[in-house]
Amino acid sequence: MPERTMIEIAGVTRSYGAFKALDDASLSIREGEFFSLLGPSGCGKTTLLRLIAGFDSPTSGSIAIDGQPMNGIPANRRPTNMVFQSYAIFPHLNVEQNVGYGLKRLRLDASEERRRVVEALAQVSLSGLGKRGATELSGGQRQRVALARALVMRPKVLLLDEPLSALDKKLREQMQVELRRLQQAVGITFILVTHDQYEALAMSDRIAVMFGGRIAQVAAPKEIYQRPVNRQVADFLGGMNFVQAEIVGEEAGQIVVDTKAFGRVRTDKPKLFQRNGGSATLGIRPERLRVLWDEARAKFEVAGTVVDRHYFGEITHLIVEIPGLEKPLSVTETNDFGADDIPVGTPIRLAYDPDALVAMGE
Amino acid sequence: MTAMRKLLANWLPAYAFLYIAFLYLPVLLLPVFSVNASPIPKFPLTGVTLDWYAGLPQTPALLDAAWNSLVVGVAASLLSTLLGICAARAITRYRFPGRRAVSGLIMAPLVLPEIIVAISLLLVLLQLGLSLSLFTVVLGHVLICIPYSMTVLTSGFEGFDRSLEEASADLGESAFGTFRRVTLPMVAPAIVSSLLVSFTISLDEFVMAFFLTGTDPTLPVYVWGQLRFAAKLPGVLALGTLLLAASFLLLTLAEMLRRRAERRTKLTGGVLA
Repeated sequence: MPERTMIEIAGVTRSYGAFKALDDASLSIREGEFFSLLGPSGCGKTTLLRLIAGFDSPTSGSIAIDGQPMNGIPANRRPTNMVFQSYAIFPHLNVEQNVGYGLKRLRLDASEERRRVVEALAQVSLSGLGKRGATELSGGQRQRVALARALVMRPKVLLLDEPLSALDKKLREQMQVELRRLQQAVGITFILVTHDQYEALAMSDRIAVMFGGRIAQVAAPKEIYQRPVNRQVADFLGGMNFVQAEIVGEEAGQIVVDTKAFGRVRTDKPKLFQRNGGSATLGIRPERLRVLWDEARAKFEVAGTVVDRHYFGEITHLIVEIPGLEKPLSVTETNDFGADDIPVGTPIRLAYDPDALVAMGE
Repeated sequence: MTAMRKLLANWLPAYAFLYIAFLYLPVLLLPVFSVNASPIPKFPLTGVTLDWYAGLPQTPALLDAAWNSLVVGVAASLLSTLLGICAARAITRYRFPGRRAVSGLIMAPLVLPEIIVAISLLLVLLQLGLSLSLFTVVLGHVLICIPYSMTVLTSGFEGFDRSLEEASADLGESAFGTFRRVTLPMVAPAIVSSLLVSFTISLDEFVMAFFLTGTDPTLPVYVWGQLRFAAKLPGVLALGTLLLAASFLLLTLAEMLRRRAERRTKLTGGVLA
């Protein structure tokens, strides 16, 4: 992967009166990267995308694309193209005319224009549907037309505003794979806005998690999931058990803590770690706790009682009360050994890896 | 209770049929008597003739009135559509304080007694020192056409996805290019529909024209004048039939266009006033 910077966002704020939709966001996106802006609705991710596209201007701060400052440059003169959430397919034009819409401005000769439209339709597997009217398309097809219409312009950056949110689950999962493959084939920088953590995790090279107009964490999917900087990020990306701990030692980027259930744990100090007096918050994902069956032993284990059980088909969520912990632990166990048959009230032992316990900010 | 329901079930279709008949039969009599050989509109018919139609072009006063109506209709429909576009765009696109009140006030002439509005307008125009002419008729007609224009245009503009214009800009098109290639083609059917509807309204409007015209009568005013002479009645019937046919054609066309515009902007429902 090339390491050249494609988009440089420096201290960008967008306020509407007293409300800051985006608050001092700084971000650097690399060329050829599949980058996701992830967060709940109202977190500022779409605002940031529209600022990059040029539909809106920052109140302060600057955005540069491929080294060119973009302040004051309108959307129609930026090297970006967008796939809209509503797809925004021109209803009075057919598929071909939609895809060729932007090319008309470039005054290519007819055969070249035609070649590029055909090529773009092939890229999104819509070959042969060029004459189809825009209103006769299914949701998935409209999405592909929107994609082809943007890709045909050969932008430096492709912006995608929740492009899969209107599709049903099966089609959405299929399009996730296809979008990722397409991005790798064309090598264009993709910026995806989504509120779906699985989508972001499955598709991205890197993710920026946003809350309340601020960027909370920027990292690769695995790191975001395994080492969230704070409780908010941890919670947004899936289930997390939080455990209070006492700090007993600190050295070279690591801390040593004592917990009531997991004993003494040594863990990396997170970047945004704030000392909360002598205590710290640790987290462990529910699937990193495993049920120990019968006489099986593990190097690190914790004992408790099953107090509740939720069946989810391929997995079961067990709620396990551990003596000394204020909140019971949530455990995700696959059903191949019969976790769905463990009666409530059963004493149980859980195995864990101390590396899976991570310290995080509040 | 069931007996009542049974009675209703039997009689409601009959009632509906009578209602429709009462509404439209008199209108259907117009073309029937317009081809009757006898000048007296009375059954039994005495024979079929097209003489009354043939006589129409030989009446200079009628041709003048028709020309006046055409001029007033074109001017009033252009003006009311232009103003309607501005109002409909503002009301569908922007959220501003008093939006509902403004839209209500624009629609008000639809329900105000037309004769009162006409008299008030007459007083104001005379106070302003304007002499009565076709121009003052146009002003009056614009006032009553705007609600119709607004209704048609709002249904065409509503649901116009703003991201379509953004998508056009995003693909490199300028503001003017976007208007020409996206906005205009999408709202054109609604605009044409508004022109046709307001032209039709203006064409057969009587009260405003009667109060506000000077020496040039429009067609309805001319027709009203002719009704005093029994001998002229068949000609009036023939003229009325033509006006009826023209109105019907124009309104059908307008409604078809409006529905097309609505389909384009993905909106359902909405009935033409």
